[in-house]
Amino acid sequence: MGAKPRIGVFKFSSCDGCQLSLLDCEDELLAVAGAVDIAYFPEATRAEDEGQYDIALVEGSVTTLHEAKFIHSIRDRSTKLITIGACATSGGIQALKNGADVADFISAVYTNPEFISTLDSCTPIKDHVPVDYELRGCPISKHQLIELIAATLAGRWPQTPPHATCMECKRAGHVCVMVAAGSPCLGPVTHAGCGALCPGYARGCYGCFGPKERANTSALAARLAENGADGRAIRRLFSTFNTNAPAFRQEAQRHG
Amino acid sequence: MADKTIKVDLLARVEGEGAFKVTVRDGRIVATEFRIFEPPRFFEAFLRGRDFREAPDITARICGICPVAYQMSSVQAMEMALGVTVPQPIRDLRRMLYCGEWIESHILHAAMLHAPDFLGYAGAVEMANDGHADTVKLALDLKKIGNDVVAFLGGREIHPINVRVGGFYKVPRRQDFAPLREKLLRAGEMCETFIDWTASFDFPDKARDYALVSLRHPDEYPMGEGRIVSNRGLDIPVAEFGAHFTEDHVAQSNALHCHMVGVGRYLVGPVARFALCFDQLPPRAKAAAGRVGIGPDCRNPYRSITIRAVEALCAIEEALRLIEAYEEPGAPAVEVTLRAGTGMGATEAPRGMLFHQYTLADDGTIRTAQIVPPTSQNQPSIEEDLAQFIGDILDRPEQEIRELCEQTIRNYDPCISCATHFLNLTIDRG
Repeated sequence: MGAKPRIGVFKFSSCDGCQLSLLDCEDELLAVAGAVDIAYFPEATRAEDEGQYDIALVEGSVTTLHEAKFIHSIRDRSTKLITIGACATSGGIQALKNGADVADFISAVYTNPEFISTLDSCTPIKDHVPVDYELRGCPISKHQLIELIAATLAGRWPQTPPHATCMECKRAGHVCVMVAAGSPCLGPVTHAGCGALCPGYARGCYGCFGPKERANTSALAARLAENGADGRAIRRLFSTFNTNAPAFRQEAQRHG
Repeated sequence: MADKTIKVDLLARVEGEGAFKVTVRDGRIVATEFRIFEPPRFFEAFLRGRDFREAPDITARICGICPVAYQMSSVQAMEMALGVTVPQPIRDLRRMLYCGEWIESHILHAAMLHAPDFLGYAGAVEMANDGHADTVKLALDLKKIGNDVVAFLGGREIHPINVRVGGFYKVPRRQDFAPLREKLLRAGEMCETFIDWTASFDFPDKARDYALVSLRHPDEYPMGEGRIVSNRGLDIPVAEFGAHFTEDHVAQSNALHCHMVGVGRYLVGPVARFALCFDQLPPRAKAAAGRVGIGPDCRNPYRSITIRAVEALCAIEEALRLIEAYEEPGAPAVEVTLRAGTGMGATEAPRGMLFHQYTLADDGTIRTAQIVPPTSQNQPSIEEDLAQFIGDILDRPEQEIRELCEQTIRNYDPCISCATHFLNLTIDRG
């Protein structure tokens, strides 16, 4: 048997929550650490970033020049580059700065704007380098993360179905919050993976796993409007943690 | 002494990225600069124009390690702006949720991120593989129980989905708590063992006379509410934060540095809470602190690892007490009536006081947002610790200096993603 696969965990602009999901695998962490060589994971260990990786797990979006350069170095040294979470996959909440006046944004937070260096837009990893697999979610599901690592090590495709949260919700037997309570819900257009968590807590889905494949956002928007949501509310609903995912961004733009 | 530069590109085992530069002339430190280069994410800017109901979910994304803290401070600020008071059961559930985050965050930091410093390992996995497997396993189990509390009340461990302005979306029934209660009863014993383990380490003999700041509540160890107090004589309501604390933007940093007016740098977090509110620790936590010989006079920041472990036990005891006392509220949330206004909220995140302030328009749109995370407040103190504590080891090998610097910074459990929102050490010897 050859050497254990080398894994690197890298952080770009983000909240650290997705890589924390790995440390939150309390029951599996030591087993994972036994099966692979976690060669670089600065949130958890002091080991330096050097050499090649069999799997690079990348959290966060690209918002600085340094990040835009560094992602190429990771790509060049990694066999599989996998993005974990909404920031890496679509840009995350900080992509709300896209289209805004960045100078105004900087001066709203910092008194000395000249000290701040930031790109005008916040972009997902795939806008910069080819990505082998994307794990959705804000945050990701730790069960999907374990499945992803196991599948990648076994050389098979991970089982992370791309259908709608709505299907998970029906399967879980939740009462439909949009039909029963008129709550705005992105479940019909959102990628599965969370297990329809929000409807289980009597609130509408807010789309933290991003758009599902072929999401019919305009039909949903029309239904939201029938339920009384104005254009501003619809725009906000599509403009949160996956605001820069094309399907959500385009729908938001249609509302103003 | 030869002129040279020591550089650490990234500080491991903290959440986020930062750098530290020391300037040495003739063997003496003449300047220190602790800098955060975590990219700015502009939360306070893009919160403007959002609906007030979105603040708990959006601000949670500032930090994946302490999302509950952001949710708690934001809902409180919104409720003050809207003139809403939540009933006791909602308040108790919030405190219970916060207890879960304290357990999870404190044990994560103490066991996985900080303990390896004291025992000379690169990380917790290396520590587990070298004779500490049982303790690492115990800590993981304990941390999981904290996460179980957060997931039970919040829906999931990271970025919980059940918190809203006015209360929750759904509240548990009394009988639903039984499995969680069993786990917490077990957690008490486990945490006692863990406290003893952290207290057995060798601690650098360092201390400073910090200006300490925390919330203080008349009836309980501070978590979700209280007045802001200090050992420098301060005792103010949360709404007066802005009159007593300032945020400065220093060059080369993407985080703001905070100062207390008339005092300067100050310390928030476990050491501050422990010193200012020791008398309010629940009995078992207080007894454990006594057993390992740590009290309210502790000013050795390296001992914060044991204080975190004691605070985790406090959170376990409190969660159990709140479960026993729980009565289901009539509704999961209080109705909110829109009005224009300004509100402030401060709570004790695991790593220290977290302040939020919002101004709302009469339709509930956020006009302005201000968020002051604990790591911004601690940055000047971290810088001063480094300046004072490494002066007498400058002649040691660079690796040793770097490791002590990192350990010193980790005393603060700095959540650098919060503060912009880690360590690049440069020693400039001229």
